[in-house]
Amino acid sequence: MPNPDGSIDELASLRSDMFRFARLQLRDDASAEDAVQEALAAALSGQKQFNNRAQLKTWVFAILKNKIIDTIRERIRSPGTAIAVDEIPEDAYDDLFNEKGFWQEDARPSSWGDPESSFSSRQFWQVFEICLTRLPENTARVFMMREMLGFETEEICKELAISPTNCWVVLHRARMGLRLCLDERWFDSENRDA
Amino acid sequence: MLNCKQAAMLMSQGMDRELGMMQKMGLRFHLLMCGGCRNFGKQVEFLRQSCRKFTQQDN
Repeated sequence: MPNPDGSIDELASLRSDMFRFARLQLRDDASAEDAVQEALAAALSGQKQFNNRAQLKTWVFAILKNKIIDTIRERIRSPGTAIAVDEIPEDAYDDLFNEKGFWQEDARPSSWGDPESSFSSRQFWQVFEICLTRLPENTARVFMMREMLGFETEEICKELAISPTNCWVVLHRARMGLRLCLDERWFDSENRDA
Repeated sequence: MLNCKQAAMLMSQGMDRELGMMQKMGLRFHLLMCGGCRNFGKQVEFLRQSCRKFTQQDN
């Protein structure tokens, strides 16, 4: 067997994690499926030995990330790909500020305490994924290209043919949305429970 | 002087490009006085960290 690293069950669960991750980035089941297939095939055909499942997972996810980047690049190069950058309207977060542009009393960011301690919580990652999914498609794409796939901002602008200013604006709105979502759905309820 | 809306935008931009000297100074001055924006800054930094963690899938 080429798979000393785990049972078929473990591989199946790894596969489903990979699929969720790819779908989040690509927002399309068919391309996500393709990326996962290719990444798994590449990972398992290699002669690399893994001491444990965590190592295997890190390895296949690194391959998957590259497959996703390839897919995004192909898509962008195909003609007719126009990226709408104004999915989140300019005034979307205006309610958070007063007329002078200072935080409203109830919107002023309060401390998240020791947020890193959430990393070990399974529920946190579920909420995190929900919040990412709630971002509009292209906003999420730009954000994930930047923060998950490690594109430089200039490269995103160039690839998507948008101006740097637009790029910064989209990234900022994505962060505003994600921050607010985590604040409401995770850190706020966490504090309430405490 | 910067307001919070501008400061938040600059903090976010600072994660994607090098800010100008004046922008950095203005931001530092604002943060000195504004706890809400200091929290905001930590939180967007945490978002970046979470994304890295999420991609490594070692959770």
